[in-house]
Amino acid sequence: MAEIIKRNKALSVSPLKASQSIGAALAFLGFQRAIPMLHGSQGCSAFGKIFFVRHFREPIPLQTTAMDQITTVMGSEESVIEGLKTIAEKSRPALIGIPTTGLSETQGSDLQLAVREFRRRYPEYAAIPVVPVSTPDYVGCLETGFAKAVEAIIETCVKDVRDTRPQPSRCQINVLTGSCLTPGDLEELKEIIDSFGMHPLLLPDLSDSLDGHLVEQDFSPLTIGGTAVSELRNLHDAVATLVVGRSLDKAADRLKQLTAVPTIRFDHLMGLDAVDRLIDTLQWISGKPVPQKLERQRAQLQDAMLDCHFTLGGARVAVAADPDLLNGFSHLLAGVGAKTAVAVAPVNAPVLTHVAAAEVKIGDLEDLERLSRNVGIDLLLSNSHAVESAKRLGVPLLRAGFPQFDTLGGYQKTWIGYRGSRQALFDLANIVLSLEKGEIHPYRSIYSQKQEATHDTAAAAATGGRSH
Amino acid sequence: MKQRELSALLDEPACAHNQKSKSGCARPKPGATAGGCAFDGAQIALLPIADVAHIVHGSIACAGSSWDNRGTRSSGPRLFRIGMTTDLTEQDIIMGRSEKRLFHSIRQAIEDYRPAAVFVYNTCVPALIGDDIEAVCKAAAERWHTPVVPVDAAGFYGTKNLGNRIAGEAMVRHVCGTREPDPLPENARSTGHQIHDIALIGEYNIAGELWHVLPLLDELGLRVLCTLSGDARYREVQTMHRSQVNMMVCSKAMVNVARKLQEAFGTPWFEGSFYGVHDVSRALRNFAGLIGDPDLTRRSEALIAREEGRIGEALAPWRAKLHGRKVLLYTGGVKSWSVIAALQELGMEVVATGTKKSTEEDKARIRELMGEDAVMLDDGNPRALIDMVHDCGVDVLIAGGRNMYTALKARIPFLDINQEREFGYAGYRGMLELARQLLQTIESPVWPAVRRRAPWTSRHVLPGGEGGSGEPAARDGGAGPYSHAAAAVSASATVAGAKMSGVS
Repeated sequence: MAEIIKRNKALSVSPLKASQSIGAALAFLGFQRAIPMLHGSQGCSAFGKIFFVRHFREPIPLQTTAMDQITTVMGSEESVIEGLKTIAEKSRPALIGIPTTGLSETQGSDLQLAVREFRRRYPEYAAIPVVPVSTPDYVGCLETGFAKAVEAIIETCVKDVRDTRPQPSRCQINVLTGSCLTPGDLEELKEIIDSFGMHPLLLPDLSDSLDGHLVEQDFSPLTIGGTAVSELRNLHDAVATLVVGRSLDKAADRLKQLTAVPTIRFDHLMGLDAVDRLIDTLQWISGKPVPQKLERQRAQLQDAMLDCHFTLGGARVAVAADPDLLNGFSHLLAGVGAKTAVAVAPVNAPVLTHVAAAEVKIGDLEDLERLSRNVGIDLLLSNSHAVESAKRLGVPLLRAGFPQFDTLGGYQKTWIGYRGSRQALFDLANIVLSLEKGEIHPYRSIYSQKQEATHDTAAAAATGGRSH
Repeated sequence: MKQRELSALLDEPACAHNQKSKSGCARPKPGATAGGCAFDGAQIALLPIADVAHIVHGSIACAGSSWDNRGTRSSGPRLFRIGMTTDLTEQDIIMGRSEKRLFHSIRQAIEDYRPAAVFVYNTCVPALIGDDIEAVCKAAAERWHTPVVPVDAAGFYGTKNLGNRIAGEAMVRHVCGTREPDPLPENARSTGHQIHDIALIGEYNIAGELWHVLPLLDELGLRVLCTLSGDARYREVQTMHRSQVNMMVCSKAMVNVARKLQEAFGTPWFEGSFYGVHDVSRALRNFAGLIGDPDLTRRSEALIAREEGRIGEALAPWRAKLHGRKVLLYTGGVKSWSVIAALQELGMEVVATGTKKSTEEDKARIRELMGEDAVMLDDGNPRALIDMVHDCGVDVLIAGGRNMYTALKARIPFLDINQEREFGYAGYRGMLELARQLLQTIESPVWPAVRRRAPWTSRHVLPGGEGGSGEPAARDGGAGPYSHAAAAVSASATVAGAKMSGVS
């Protein structure tokens, strides 16, 4: 059980944390024709937008209630109403999310009241679900904001059908997907569920909206994919709800309460053990044999583990990420004998005690550097902000998590399932191989008769080449 | 920040907007607002000062999604690239501990990183709960003998533009005039001609483009005391008051700095640009003219003649290829008129330009360049931009990074002109880079490819696309005969034809 070391300094340097507000916004982006509107100053949205634009390399629908001095002092409910009306009128979205920010929460803005008033004043937009969610940025991180938004969506859009629940159609599976899963991961997960002849209903589904695909329509102010909001009515019609990421525990509890669909929870889906449990579960639910393709992929992962264990065994890795992702990586690494020598998370979370490491530091990338320097590491696993840290530490970086702004396709990398785990192990092992660990430095005897000569072609051309 | 101070900042006599209803930038509309806040503007304006510890005092959103985010370059210290924030917690806010946290944060930054100075940016939450950051900064500066400058720029004060001004104001009030410039180095004195001190305001050294311009200024004997703020150091900002001429480089965002330095120290200033051959030359002439040194004027003219000749020759092949290409320009911070002139020098046709942030004076210049009927876009909503591109047969859209993926989704060739870009376009040499990037994107093979539909789905293409004229892709050179047949028969027959051509 990992020991949690709390924040113990005043200043956060090279922050690892991204705000709850934008985490919540991200969850809304996993629904079709949706748009989040942050309740805060216009900068809250502008920064969030650039954060995701650079990560996904996609246009990101994200609006703002644009609180200014007057609304900040005099009350901002009117701005929420005006913002909702403007968006509803202009783009007729299928869903509007309103995550709050530090500003509106400190001010004490009453979102529920604002939404009620909007409903009263503009009954013509009654069909558009509006989901307020409290996500001040002085608490939590991207992961918790994402989870709170998922919970709020369930709360607002899922009807209580416990008493009238019909016999579930035997082929639908709900999946609550945490922010630790990339669009690539979600695609893989859908494919796995599909291969058992089941229909996956993802909540939310970023792999359908932010997977980076070109559509015929030249412009959309809303998301261009994601789970259809109408599908939220069918959640009760599933055999089971898979939950990926401990951060979604509360959302899962609520969904279970409302729909009476049993939940099966996974902290992560990386490495042989976790994926085995997923496949075993799907086999049991569907009653169908495990497809040959998956059997083969499992065998491939096992083979890869053998190939990689020489290199990764004993490798010392520093991981800095949001709690669920950190936890997943630590177990993937532990599965091949690698050690999570340094673990840093931006905030505390229940899952952190399960991280396969001696201790987890709640902190920033400066803490990561300091700890890494103390214990010595071979490589770093974190987001793009860690590039400078990796440089200063003189170790390679494998990018994961949010944001990844200096790399292409980072958002699409698949880490989960047999295939994803296998590729992740290969990537990690290749990086460690490039370090030439264990290489013995040449020793030249003091009595040596060896004369030095250069044999490379460039040198030959420079000296001897001219005489020809 | 007090309402009185804010109003004073919004009332900028040197800005032509001042007389219009748009003065101080209109109130943002909820649900339909793009662009950053005052904090964003303040941070962006000062962050390039490389040896300063920039502390964002607030909860995580402000620093968390903005640090390490700008294309500016430093020739030395990298301290500015390290994100620092007080990362306020709920306890700090409820219990009123945020001032204390800030105080200790400043100590931590000074002890761990030995910065030349500390800048503290105030943000929404501490502004709302009434943190007195000015007092904390003052106490910290006295305690640890390091300058600590408050930049009171909470997001809800206003727009990015206002933030720029707040940043400039902070520099003028707390930093400029606190040190005298260094004596000239030995090698500079030996050149024989008089050296003059100048400053550049609003030049951010994006992608290092300032380094295309500095050698020219060096050659002329113009010492840049300070660039506010590209590749700047704290000790340079301190000496700005001794500049003989100030040049306002980027829009009018920090025009208050130029005006205040003029009021306090009598420094003349002009508005100029380093984009485009003629504007670079004009800027050099302006320096010489305002300084009033005939020798400098003579040497400037010689340099201009030499450089214009050189670049003219180098650009000739590019001009031939870019001639007549149509551009839609939608700039954010960069002056539209300046870029228009640069594009016209390349022989390109600017069909319309964004003027959201342009002043009346800017607009007059645009009319001068583009004619009285110049199309000016005041509202840069993506829909309008895309329609304009289609309606006018535009070859390339030049805009800020915000619009990049919107353009790409609409399959429109795009060039990034704003602060996040990776290429420098300033100076004479920058024009070559601009021409290269423009042509590279316009002529890229990806445009027809992304407009082409999959061969099996249909036999026509999206508007503006090429290729896929109706026949299946040529295989073994045998598709020819089917192309006419395919146009005449029904779709299903065409599919059959495609299959047949494949096996023949």
